[in-house]
Amino acid sequence: MTDWVEACAVSDVDEEDVIRFDHGGRTFAIYRSPDDEFFATDGYCTHEKAHLADGLVMDDIIECPKHNGRFNYKTGAAKGAPVCVNLKTYPVKIEAGKVMVEI
Amino acid sequence: MTAGKTKRDYSLVGESTRIAIETGLASAEWYHTDVPRKAMKELMQRSDGPAIRDTLIWIVAILASAAGIVWFWGTWWVVPFLFVYGVLYGSSSDSRWHECSHGTAFRTRWMNDVVYQIASFMLMRNPVQWRWSHARHHTDTIIVGRDAEIAVMRPPDLLKAALAFTGILDFRYSLPILVRQAFGRLSDDEKSYIPEMEQGKAVVAARWHIAIYIATIALALYTRSWLPLVLIGLPRLYGTWHMVTTGLLQHIGLADNVVDHRLNTRTVYMNPISRFIYWNMNYHVEHHMFPMVPYHALPRLHELIKHDLPRPNPSMWHAYREVWPVLLRQLKYEDYYLKRELPPTARPYRGEFHKVDMSAAAE
Repeated sequence: MTDWVEACAVSDVDEEDVIRFDHGGRTFAIYRSPDDEFFATDGYCTHEKAHLADGLVMDDIIECPKHNGRFNYKTGAAKGAPVCVNLKTYPVKIEAGKVMVEI
Repeated sequence: MTAGKTKRDYSLVGESTRIAIETGLASAEWYHTDVPRKAMKELMQRSDGPAIRDTLIWIVAILASAAGIVWFWGTWWVVPFLFVYGVLYGSSSDSRWHECSHGTAFRTRWMNDVVYQIASFMLMRNPVQWRWSHARHHTDTIIVGRDAEIAVMRPPDLLKAALAFTGILDFRYSLPILVRQAFGRLSDDEKSYIPEMEQGKAVVAARWHIAIYIATIALALYTRSWLPLVLIGLPRLYGTWHMVTTGLLQHIGLADNVVDHRLNTRTVYMNPISRFIYWNMNYHVEHHMFPMVPYHALPRLHELIKHDLPRPNPSMWHAYREVWPVLLRQLKYEDYYLKRELPPTARPYRGEFHKVDMSAAAE
């Protein structure tokens, strides 16, 4: 059973950036791509417990702040050592200036 | 300090490992200086420009000094060329290896990967194994039983530390490891930090390295000359001194088993030539606290957060003078370490943040 949850306002996320969103005891990362699309993934790196929201967004890539592990935040694909496990992604839609995530 | 009054066990699968995991020192949350997201985002920005410039200078200098060695081989004029080539091959490769392993030197991924592979070979380091060991070093910096890259263990072996400047020990250590790995055997320590799915790649990488060394030895035998080995392999001996001189200062004499890089890592001001060879890793507290920041932005990061860090050593000489008495004291009392003073503008060391035994510290 999933629900659409309001994560933040569109204006809360800069272009080519990421913010943290906590909900129901879990943490997520909300991304805004350079072409102004929004995406959501789990908030922690799959390698070690580090908040991806502290990392760097470059094009389609989020780089973890701890060991520089890289994921494609649109697909969740791990892009090589030290990350080997893909990131879980979540559907996102925009409603009335709000970023909604299906969790 | 969880190692307490007992001897430290530096194995990665031993008693200290168990204690580090049980006490929460392993994969812990580390102290970070507050930096506004906007400023950090600017500092983290990647660019190919500085690293391409520095890499071109590096390659040209390597080729030019190698040409000088070939040209003057058999005369005393070869000595200055050996000096330059040795440092470029045996020392500056370490910083290139390091920065490219983080993927921060270049913005373009394949450029990081190419320089990483070349530098790994120059250093006789298995590129797969060391990528994982360095990730562990950043997760558990100087946590005994967890960190695979603790250069000087306690009590310190001063003869070993002195010999490190010659590269003999590292050479003797690195080459047999590559040979063992080339035969498909990884140690228990290596298996503890290299994921199973990556272990096969480590074996293949070791085989490539060994194949190149065999080809170099064959060429030396065929030409009946030491020259091929002086150019490939042996610089790891005669050119490693600068890497050791700068690199030893990163953590030596400071606290272990803490989760605040201000306590276990050192920033040292260095001359521009050493900073080029070392790619600004003299800003080592800054690097450990924020490994996402590329080498060329570390001086800016240093300016931004130095109010929260111990005052840097003004020179390498100053740092070694500070370290020497600490090492001597550690010979008798291995819990002893140097606790570096924070400026009044800094947030204090937090006792509850970690379990360091401040009574063992020298201020």
